[in-house]
Amino acid sequence: MVETVAPPSRRFGAAGAQFEMRGVRKAFGGTVALDGVDLAVGSGEVCALVGQNGAGKSTLMSILAGATMPDAGVMTLDGARYAPRSPREARTAGVAMIYQDLSLAPHLSVMENIALGVEPKRPGVLGASGIVDRDVMRRTARAALEQLGHSDISVDAPVGQLAPAAQQLVEIARALASGCRVLVLDEPTSSLAHADVRKLFELIRRLQRQGIAIVYISHFIEEVTQVSDRFVVLRDGRNAGEGITSQTTADRIVTMMVGRTLEDLYPRGRRLIGDPLLEVEGLAPDRLVPASLTLHRGEIFGIAGLLGAGRTRLLRGLFGLDAVRSGEVKLGVYKGPAAPSAWWNHGMGMLSEDRTHEGLATNLSIADNMTMTRLEGPARGFFVSPSRQRERARHWIERLQIRASGPMQQVSRLSGGNQQKIALARLLHHDVDVLVLDEPTRGIDVASKAEIYKLIGELVSGEGGHPPVVSGFSRTRPQKAVLIVSSYFPELLALCDRIAVMSRGRLGPARPASEWTEHALVLEASGGSVPRRDAQRGAES
Amino acid sequence: MTRFQDAGVLAGLALVALLFGILIGPQFFSPANLELMARQTAIVCVAALGMTMVIVAGGIDLSVGSVIALSTVVTAQLLRGGSWPLVAAAGAIAAGAVCGLMNGVLITGLRVVPFIITLGTMLLIRGGAKGLADERRLEAPFTWLNSMLRTVRDGSGVLLPWGLWVVIALAVLVAITLQFTRFGRHLFAIGSSERTARLCGVRVERCKIAVYTIAGAFAGLAGVLEFSRLSVGDPTVANGAELGVIAAVIIGGGSLSGGKGTVVGTIAGAGIMTLIQIGCSQHGLPNWVQEIVTGTIIVFAVALDHFRSRISR
Repeated sequence: MVETVAPPSRRFGAAGAQFEMRGVRKAFGGTVALDGVDLAVGSGEVCALVGQNGAGKSTLMSILAGATMPDAGVMTLDGARYAPRSPREARTAGVAMIYQDLSLAPHLSVMENIALGVEPKRPGVLGASGIVDRDVMRRTARAALEQLGHSDISVDAPVGQLAPAAQQLVEIARALASGCRVLVLDEPTSSLAHADVRKLFELIRRLQRQGIAIVYISHFIEEVTQVSDRFVVLRDGRNAGEGITSQTTADRIVTMMVGRTLEDLYPRGRRLIGDPLLEVEGLAPDRLVPASLTLHRGEIFGIAGLLGAGRTRLLRGLFGLDAVRSGEVKLGVYKGPAAPSAWWNHGMGMLSEDRTHEGLATNLSIADNMTMTRLEGPARGFFVSPSRQRERARHWIERLQIRASGPMQQVSRLSGGNQQKIALARLLHHDVDVLVLDEPTRGIDVASKAEIYKLIGELVSGEGGHPPVVSGFSRTRPQKAVLIVSSYFPELLALCDRIAVMSRGRLGPARPASEWTEHALVLEASGGSVPRRDAQRGAES
Repeated sequence: MTRFQDAGVLAGLALVALLFGILIGPQFFSPANLELMARQTAIVCVAALGMTMVIVAGGIDLSVGSVIALSTVVTAQLLRGGSWPLVAAAGAIAAGAVCGLMNGVLITGLRVVPFIITLGTMLLIRGGAKGLADERRLEAPFTWLNSMLRTVRDGSGVLLPWGLWVVIALAVLVAITLQFTRFGRHLFAIGSSERTARLCGVRVERCKIAVYTIAGAFAGLAGVLEFSRLSVGDPTVANGAELGVIAAVIIGGGSLSGGKGTVVGTIAGAGIMTLIQIGCSQHGLPNWVQEIVTGTIIVFAVALDHFRSRISR
């Protein structure tokens, strides 16, 4: 049925294209998110949109869905000009988006959710006074579910009681009921079990036969190769290539995603790997396969992986923020699992990936945030001296070149990069031996990134960190150890001594960074099955 | 930031005082009248000091009114049993602390929001107080406890009734705790972002239980002062007092979403409410006018605060 497969050329002809975006540009402040991106998808075609985090996929799709206004570019839908000013307008025009986090009202029934926002009114006076026609609502909902081949879902069931896969179906049914012709699925398999993924793919084929244009966004290359007719790759806000899926390999797609060579962002000092400092054995946070790793003094250990692979859960379990089922964490002579307070006391600190909600108390001052784990004052452990707090904060503001008006400034007023430096300064102020960093450079500008890389490098080589007690007297400081999680693989490759990949809840073996390539990391993280080069044993020392 | 805010509340206090000074005349500021106002404010103030800490930590305690009533009953019962006045007062404060401990343990143990837990314990403690008093007002023998808030002209206290000195001492203590101790800084951290506090190794549960216990003890002391004023143990007294206490904290710049609040602000907030109460009644305005004015002030004080933080962002 799907004979209208689009030609692989980027110069997509208007004929046969359900929608087309051309030359789309969008900048947020100084950062350019999209720099002249083209995308066209034909009726009855599944087009995969792939790219690494920050490549511009989400921005492009939120422009298509009317949630973001482009700075420049032309969009057409069915050959007519299309410029939605709100998600509602986009939906009315026939463009529906299914986000990773479903947007359903859990307490309402399936049919109420399907009709949400477009509730059918009763005819006549009743309708005019806002009375909803539940019969029409029920019929529409049933029809939409039937179209999906899922009449088994009861339209009266509260959505909150359905399984994640069924909830997703309800959301797709809602899109169909509003007459959508373009359907965007953003990481639709992230919350699905394996069997449900297969069913979803069948459903996508079914929708395809009904002539709906589908944009499929995923990190998982294997999914892309299974489900899509065509793929478009974005990299750094630009088109990086496209092709017909059946005529390419996972390998080639990854090459397009990775593209560029490393910039010289990562200064590397001398590294002397010392004794083991942190040993994790069979640690099993909720829903993860037990993981083990060893971190040495003077070492940077990277955990690569995609969002949702379980990396953050592993770190949270390690640091005592979440409960673990079993396992052991050893830091020097101290044995855990233990609560965060114990880890701070024994010289381990963590940087949260969620800067604004967990990493920092944004309503408090810079000084309060930096010194929260180690509030110093006259009587140890009881009184706090605000002037000492301010003085310490001032030191770190200067040392890390944080752009702020002073130590008492509220953190929420600062830029992301400066906020991240404050969160990092907390670990420096506490003078921990082991720094557990979860996505330390997410969402910050390149300049701040480079500064943070430099700092991390200095810490492990024993040059950075706490100032000597006697000023003007140079003293060698103990080398620190860093455990770092990142979705941005170039930085891991450049920074780390060893890297392990986490994929779908399982932490793979650690190998020296020199044995990895970005390509290999992406493949491994995406669950690809291309053989690794240098698959040596015993890398986990 | 906090200083700026305190200045705003103090300016509000001065404005309200000035307004009534103009309406009523200079006798509004006579020493006797000022002392009257201070004595009236004392009870709300003590309970509001505890509430300030709770609200800074992002919580709320609706049970204070009931704890005050329970405390008057416990004081009266102990005095009737022949206890020394000091023991009676200590017993009442301990009863308040136990109520607070119960709040804290329930909130952290059941992981139910403080609003609901303390709404429940508000009724529970009120019922307990009524049961303990057999649903009657309890007469108690006259002791020095009854003179805690007596006017200086009766010869009790130096410069101020000595009950007020207790309140002032506690206010200083709470102010120091909030600004200069680890516990106090941890309360701000918890109220501002509980997840951040946990990440930073703050023992969140322990702090919460402690702060509700302290707030309970303060409410217990407020009950002792209430007993001193009434000289009976009355299980129906201070009905709805929690709202006045919360209002004092909120007018004083406290935020119900946590992380904000000062002792100076709270006392000024309580002062504003007393000024309106006494000013209105001395100007001959009926009770309903007072209520309308107080309500309006609560709404505008909070709206003004939001507006200010929005434009400075």
